[in-house]
Amino acid sequence: MANENKEVLLSVQHLEVSFYNNKKRFRAVKNACFDIYKGETFALVGESGSGKTTIGRSIIRLNPTSDGDILYKGKKINGKISKEEQRDLVRNIQMIFQDPAASLNERATIDYCISEGLYNFHLYKDEADREAKVDRALESVGLLPEHKSRYPHEFSGGQRQRVGIARAMIMEPEFIIADEPISALDVSIRAQVLNLMNKFKEERGLTYMFIAHDLSVVRYFSDRIAVIHKGRIVEIAPTDILFRFPLHPYTHSLLQAVPIPDPKVEKSKELVIYDESKRDLSGEKPVLQEIRPGHFVFANDREMKEYEAKLQEWEKAGK
Amino acid sequence: MEEKKNIILSVKDLVVKFKVRDRVLTAIRNISLDFEEGKVVAIVGESGSGKSVFTKTFTGMLETNGEVTQGEIWFEGENLMTFKKDEEWMKIRGKKIATVFQDPMTSLNPVRTIGYQISEVIIKHQGKSKEEAKQEAIKLMERVGIYDAERRYDEYPFMYSGGMRQRIVIAIALACRPKILICDEPTTALDVTIQAQIIHLIKELSQEYGFTTIYITHDLGVVANVADVVAVMYAGQIIEYGTVEEVFYDPRHPYTWGLLSSLPQLGEKGHELFAIPGTPPSLFEEIKGDAFAPRSEYAMRIDFEEEPPIFKVSDTHYAKTWLLDPRAPKVEKPVTIQNLHEKMVAITAKGGIYGERE
Repeated sequence: MANENKEVLLSVQHLEVSFYNNKKRFRAVKNACFDIYKGETFALVGESGSGKTTIGRSIIRLNPTSDGDILYKGKKINGKISKEEQRDLVRNIQMIFQDPAASLNERATIDYCISEGLYNFHLYKDEADREAKVDRALESVGLLPEHKSRYPHEFSGGQRQRVGIARAMIMEPEFIIADEPISALDVSIRAQVLNLMNKFKEERGLTYMFIAHDLSVVRYFSDRIAVIHKGRIVEIAPTDILFRFPLHPYTHSLLQAVPIPDPKVEKSKELVIYDESKRDLSGEKPVLQEIRPGHFVFANDREMKEYEAKLQEWEKAGK
Repeated sequence: MEEKKNIILSVKDLVVKFKVRDRVLTAIRNISLDFEEGKVVAIVGESGSGKSVFTKTFTGMLETNGEVTQGEIWFEGENLMTFKKDEEWMKIRGKKIATVFQDPMTSLNPVRTIGYQISEVIIKHQGKSKEEAKQEAIKLMERVGIYDAERRYDEYPFMYSGGMRQRIVIAIALACRPKILICDEPTTALDVTIQAQIIHLIKELSQEYGFTTIYITHDLGVVANVADVVAVMYAGQIIEYGTVEEVFYDPRHPYTWGLLSSLPQLGEKGHELFAIPGTPPSLFEEIKGDAFAPRSEYAMRIDFEEEPPIFKVSDTHYAKTWLLDPRAPKVEKPVTIQNLHEKMVAITAKGGIYGERE
């Protein structure tokens, strides 16, 4: 991958996020390092409690970080920053949430839900301009201007998620963090929302960070994937590489666990359970290392040798 | 209908209606279905298609505003729809037909210990003493994969993880050795790796205990894994029914085509994913013709006028679409889902997903 000549939009370096419960420290994110390039879709995949949402939330400053840096276009955005910088950030980085019903104000009309950002940032010349913007946003997500006067509960789940997308898009952001945007939707509606997000990416050159647990969707939707387990990023690779050469045992078990909609394939599948306690963890402390250009894996030197051997074998087999 | 061996549960022409704020919603529209003993039947459909409502009628657990207005459900020589009192249902519900729900936290009592909740069922339904029940409960806990069951017997639900809680719910369901286990989206709230384990567990147990499984899900991957037979539901009806191979490799109803085509696995990067346009119809209004017609690109004029009958494709395969009428023009299923198996093999073999190299 020719990642070198791509522009880094967001860089997360040695990020630590801790939560405290009666002075007991819980490290939700441990030493996370990754870059997101402009125009790509970067997926963060992991189980619930793995810290994937926490990373997303700390980027938009909803969770304070305890160590490390988050750089947006080379500027540090975690820790103390000025009010103007914060405003800029809120505008440029938007979030799409999992549950559209919970993230929309149920007492506000769709018109208000979508224009809220415009109001806060005075991003309109006059009332007519604001209305035109809302109309355009609604239209771009496949809803009608006459829906404006309705309330969120009058919409179906898929439509509500469209409203969630419209209110993010109206701010004309550069970077969108989509936290499980389709998990709460029905199968037949999911494809509609994914297509919509892809359309915006192409039209506006957006960059996505896609937080998900469903690998089949991630595979279709993202350019690069980071797999996170218990707050630790265990593997980062371009999508097809990760699916072809999953090195870390956790990645392997995660890929294996995804049910494939094919009875013959699925019924002959064996169950692989990832059990850290059964792994050989001897040797020095593992770190995230680059094994092939763009393919990182969390390993120590001994494991690196094993992975290297495995990779060479696979590459020889022509997979 | 063709001959079938050992029908354990038979539903005939069922209609379920709900009263919602002075309006009447028809959730189930004339479903007839036979469940064969020992088989795993998966019921697939979107939310609102009526799959949960359908199975809730088997145990008399409809919400109070819901009512079975028509139809019969035969189980062990009795028509369950003649039951009036809760005592009558108590012979069936939990005892012969048990249900595992989606969210294990809401089906467990948060202020009782895990052990209490399992042994309670054993004492009540099997009439065992407290001590015997405890031993039996611990055995069950071990069977569903709880390590150190003796110690964890006295713990509370919040001390268990989501997957472990679901294992407990399964243990409780099995405590009375049911004939039928209804699994209502049992893994939707769980992580994929845990989901795989729970599915595996249910499969193992169904063989060991010999119960019939009715599996409700919207995840076609899960269906492919668990099911022997698949019933596809849309707008309160079963629109296609067949063995899992028939439904995946030789689907006949346009809605099934749509569902399969929109699988993200079949999506190619840079190309649009197939999406079924529109949304399901409102069940408050009477549906004329084929309920899926407004969303179907294969809809013919008759689809908007008259409801299609159920056409027989093979002895085990039925579909409710006018496309199967001999007078209908011949339509091939969409290209996307032709050779589905070959495509899926190509997709999965390319990945190290199946670990065949190890």
